[in-house]
Amino acid sequence: MAQDVVDNNAVEQFLTFEIDNEAYGVEILKVKEIRGWEPIRAIPNTPDYLKGALNLRGAIVPIVDLRERFNMEKVEYSPVTVVIVLSVEGEKGDTVIGIVADAVSDVLDVKMTQIKEAPNLGAKIDTCYMQGMYVTQDKMILLLNINKLLNPDEFENLADIA
Amino acid sequence: MSIDMAQFHQVFFEESFEGLDTMESGLLDLNTGDVDVDEINMIFRAAHSIKGGSGTFGFTAVSDFTHVMETLLDEMRDGRRLVTQSAVDALLGSVDCLRAMLTAIQDEQAVDTQNVAEHKKVLEVELTRGADSSPVASQESATSEQVSDPVAITAHEANVEGWNISFSPHPNMLKTGNDPVRMFRELAELGELTSTADFLGVPDIHNLEPEECAISWKLHLKGNTAEQDIEEIFSWVEDECDFAIQKIQSTVQSVSPVAETTDSTTTVQPDEQTSKEDKETTAEATKPVASKKPVKDKKETAKPANKSSGSIRVDTTKIDTLINMVGELVITQSMLSLVGEHFEINKLDQLKTGLSQLERHTRELQESVMNIRMLPISFVFSRFPRLVHDLSSKLGKKIELKLVGENTEVDKTVVELLSDPLVHLVRNSLDHGIEMPEDRIAAGKPETGTVILEAYHRGGNIVIEVVDDGKGLNKDKLRAKAIEKGLIDEDAILTDKQTYELIFMPGFSTAEKLTDVSGRGVGMDVVRRNIQSLGGNIEIISELGKGSTISIHLPLTLAILDGQSISVGDERYIVPLGSIIESININEDMVNRIAGKGETFRLRDEFLPIVRMHDIFHVESAKATKLTDGLVVVVEGQGVKCGLFVDDLLGQQQVVIKSLEANYRRVEGISGATILGDGSVALILDIPGLVRLANQ
Repeated sequence: MAQDVVDNNAVEQFLTFEIDNEAYGVEILKVKEIRGWEPIRAIPNTPDYLKGALNLRGAIVPIVDLRERFNMEKVEYSPVTVVIVLSVEGEKGDTVIGIVADAVSDVLDVKMTQIKEAPNLGAKIDTCYMQGMYVTQDKMILLLNINKLLNPDEFENLADIA
Repeated sequence: MSIDMAQFHQVFFEESFEGLDTMESGLLDLNTGDVDVDEINMIFRAAHSIKGGSGTFGFTAVSDFTHVMETLLDEMRDGRRLVTQSAVDALLGSVDCLRAMLTAIQDEQAVDTQNVAEHKKVLEVELTRGADSSPVASQESATSEQVSDPVAITAHEANVEGWNISFSPHPNMLKTGNDPVRMFRELAELGELTSTADFLGVPDIHNLEPEECAISWKLHLKGNTAEQDIEEIFSWVEDECDFAIQKIQSTVQSVSPVAETTDSTTTVQPDEQTSKEDKETTAEATKPVASKKPVKDKKETAKPANKSSGSIRVDTTKIDTLINMVGELVITQSMLSLVGEHFEINKLDQLKTGLSQLERHTRELQESVMNIRMLPISFVFSRFPRLVHDLSSKLGKKIELKLVGENTEVDKTVVELLSDPLVHLVRNSLDHGIEMPEDRIAAGKPETGTVILEAYHRGGNIVIEVVDDGKGLNKDKLRAKAIEKGLIDEDAILTDKQTYELIFMPGFSTAEKLTDVSGRGVGMDVVRRNIQSLGGNIEIISELGKGSTISIHLPLTLAILDGQSISVGDERYIVPLGSIIESININEDMVNRIAGKGETFRLRDEFLPIVRMHDIFHVESAKATKLTDGLVVVVEGQGVKCGLFVDDLLGQQQVVIKSLEANYRRVEGISGATILGDGSVALILDIPGLVRLANQ
């Protein structure tokens, strides 16, 4: 998306959240709902980072823990732990998937021109899941490409590896 | 005016298929020799709207073909032709042909032109022949005999040099979407066309309404064209124009050719010009679809088309009830929020009534929403009269089909998936069940065999029965066949029921010779598999010499399931109640361990594998790890029995099936998810999948 920007003044809003004191952002239009963490039903024989499924007004929504997805250290869920429910575009149509984050922070207006390409972060974090980076005066926010990161087909591949 | 016509195609197809069904059932009801005008009218109307629709969308192959059918029907309707069996058969054949054409167009495949041409020929032969039997053959003056009898044709040829047509559209004709240019173009296809436009009615430029048609035309069509064909072109605008046709006999010298052509008139009317262009683009756009490429392989078009349409037709009364209920729900909700706003303890009663009302309304709402998905089973049944009609004449048997309980309502998905298995069963009954007439008489039965298709509700199930009074299943023969095919051992002891079940085994067929109707031995097992995939089962009761009854039991809806909830640690799972045989406490004596391979336990005379739920689903919180601490639920799925080792049984409840795949993907051993009363999610177990998982 960052690549095909023509309008220099195009502004998009991003919801930012924290995982392990790092700031991440997702396009706000993808966010369906933010809710507090509550125990969910585990789905057997799935990767560890897939915490289970949640009842979102009658729809069964899988929940992914981004800490575990990014191979970070596990932490106990606290009262500020949130589930951000996102709508993900896939080949088979839109799906709804939730992600677990330590806390939500802010909504940022980001000019598309200000988005920088993601740096090479080494093997620990695969940059193809990054849409880009946005740097403010005091911090650096990684903008996630959730369509890639939360692609159900990717789950399948990863599940095979696991 | 550039409307994307493609968006209406789906509706057109649906309506056309419906029309074809109407025609089919109408034709089957026609008594030969006896003209029921209403019946013919109904068939005619269906044909006419298909023709109209296909013309509009540019499926010319379809409209041309329907036109011939219509001519035949028209003559029957007017009583100019007797309803003969051959005519009805020709029409039935062409209904099939039309259906094939429409399916091909819908799937964007080439139309089998050869097949179309054949059927057209049959119809045309019928048309020429029919005149002999025409009760009013002498009605030569009858204007619209396209191909009546040979003499008449020659008469036409000799006399008709051309036609003078005066055509003055009413001012509002263009607004109804009718375009004179299009009609002229169609006319021009019939013969050499010259036209004179009369501009007398055109107001001066200041008063000109571009959307009104103020021109009238005098047309001259050369050549021997049937008057009917010309009328046909104008039939869409009958009410919107003054229109007269005059025959020019050869004795009369033709009117001097006129200078003006249609093209010059169109330049005068700018809006006509544009609409003409539009027409051309749509015509071009649809061309590739209707293009007549020869089809390499007939089977290709016969591929099972994507039959399950995404849309559904709902009775308006159902929607009205729904709206009423939602209305009541809104009232209850506002009442409750009023109570909640300033709540005092003395309002508790009000709150309670409100809540119980809410509960009732929600339940009613749920029921009526479910009801929307329900379709009468006549959607499936309606194709059988035709099938029986065709097959019985092919097999040389006399068979009467009775439909009972056609209005029984079933879930849409069930209706769609039920159709093929039922066709198979009915075919089997006709082919193997019912005997030849002479055999029947010899057996002291009425010459005409009866096949009954019946549907009714029983409990939470719908039961569909195919009953025939044919020869029934021969147990000894079944047994011998099964032994011969190596499906059972020679000394196997089978109950009657088990013997009948043999016919559901793959590769089993008792027909002495293969017919193209049935008997290849791939069928019944597929039928059973289909029924089972719908969550149902199939049974056979038969009596030698008296007939057989095949009954299919299906759940009313696929969206709700009777489940038993079980617990494994903190996890809750739902086992479909239908697959549970029993639940037992086992003791060590019953358990056999097979070295490294797993555990089995003995239940009466069977050894069943134990599937430890906490193991295969990796549940760490499981309370029972010793077999004696928990419970074993004996389940069966697709012929596989096993014991599920769980912590405890909780309760039985109806659960609404939710898809796990909608947002995630398939998980082995789990068929779906549901939401429990407390709002949490529980997973529904897939027994055959679990067994597979345990075997890995």
